Amino acid sequence: MARHQGRGMASINYPIGMNLGGDPSQALVHANPDGKFTVALSAIDLGQGMKQVSRQIAAETLGVPIEDVYVDTADSDTGPHDMGSFASRGTHRVGNAVIVAAKEARGVLLEAAAEELEVNADDLVTDGKGNIHVRGAASKSITVKAASQAAQFKQGKTISGRGIFLIPLSTVHPETGEMSPVTAYAHACLVVDLEVCDETGDVKVNKLTSAYELGRALNPKMVEQQLVGGAWMGMSHALYETPEPYYPNPEHGGRDYNEYLMPGPGDIAPHDITVLERPAPDGPFGGKGPGEMCANPVLPAVANAIFNAIGVRIDTLPITPEKILRALKAQGGARPQIRRA
Amino acid sequence: MARMPVQFRLNGSDRAVFVEPAETLLGTIRRGLGDFAPKFGCGQGTCGVCTVLVDGEPRLGCLTLSVTCEGRSIETASGLADGPTLHPLQAAFMEHFAAQCGFCTPGMLMAAKALLDRNPNPTRVEVVEAIAGNVCRCTGYEPIINAILAAAQQRGVRRA
Ligand code: FES
Ligand code: FES
Repeated sequence: MARHQGRGMASINYPIGMNLGGDPSQALVHANPDGKFTVALSAIDLGQGMKQVSRQIAAETLGVPIEDVYVDTADSDTGPHDMGSFASRGTHRVGNAVIVAAKEARGVLLEAAAEELEVNADDLVTDGKGNIHVRGAASKSITVKAASQAAQFKQGKTISGRGIFLIPLSTVHPETGEMSPVTAYAHACLVVDLEVCDETGDVKVNKLTSAYELGRALNPKMVEQQLVGGAWMGMSHALYETPEPYYPNPEHGGRDYNEYLMPGPGDIAPHDITVLERPAPDGPFGGKGPGEMCANPVLPAVANAIFNAIGVRIDTLPITPEKILRALKAQGGARPQIRRA
Repeated sequence: MARMPVQFRLNGSDRAVFVEPAETLLGTIRRGLGDFAPKFGCGQGTCGVCTVLVDGEPRLGCLTLSVTCEGRSIETASGLADGPTLHPLQAAFMEHFAAQCGFCTPGMLMAAKALLDRNPNPTRVEVVEAIAGNVCRCTGYEPIINAILAAAQQRGVRRA
């Protein structure tokens, strides 16, 4: 028996969202009597950070402290319509909608403040700390709270904004089928170092090294968090989990966590991540988002590394010890490929 | 069957409840006592989200019968913070971004607390073993392991 080292890599372009029907997202922003803002969305936060980036984007656009923004994603019945949290579209689509809505709300906020201060709204700026003042004259100011209260209790104004992001529907070329399905792509390159045991078919991932280009990282720590977790999921898809191991035969599928395998805390490998920021021209503050791309490059890189280690090409997932042993048998043993340092 | 009286301590306060003989501790804590920190995942002992401490030992709430907890001390993640002050583990989980959806977090925290209470200076392997019964779909475990190690170090610093 021998354990064979292998290295594989994969580079991917990953589309942000999809252009079927314009891929709309909507956002509604309104001020409350205490001068704080609510952003209503139907985009769902599953833990990936949708709420946090929407909050950052809204606060930045409104010009108010982040603590004064509440993002409500609780109910898709009462929130404005959104296509959903999928296709890596959240940051880009929802973020853009939030900017439009927050800009409109900011406009009304400044009008209300202007009326109170008896100045022109165009001369007003926000300090990001909850105050609005005349440009160049910080003493001529009003708090966001006082302006919101004046709007609602005195002036009869609704400080609110509506936002939608919609991209033009792409036409399809009648002969070639060519179209532009998306407006932004993120990119990644990932290298996997692993070893394969030719007696048991066991694969041990030793190291992941990656670079991701995902526009501006609107929240760098959360980007990193998603990349770490996503790569784990990629490893799981590559080597462990499937509901139907003998698809289309439904037999032997895992029925619970005892049988449905995923890598546990003892199966993980160190992951060295580099994030390249290339702000996207049509992204909110340049953001595109990591999304599904954080898992995707792992799968081909693992398959390539296994080929590099033992010379067999396995083209169905997950790459289980059983598949490796059958392939080794058919090939007549391991044939390690050339390794470049 | 007749319901049975059970008394135990939950996060330091004495509680008395009537339970069905086959009722699980998880069900009693959540439905009977309204503490929703421990979660219901698989209900069959394979995911760890229901982990609570019974006399300091990690137990799967979904597989523990409430009637066996007479006179015991139960701890859940709701009892970790001291007023507004977070438990060092909670603070470390935040600091290290060790939660995304958060569904595994209450169980992870309790598994980690049981470890640190028993072994204040665990190795990485010991941390991995302590949370090996807790499934996480989001984080890839690395941030959780790092958070637990950091909390241990933090506590060590404070004790010194
Ligand atoms: S709910 Fe108890 S282990 Fe899954
Ligand atoms: S944070 Fe989602 S399951 Fe662990």
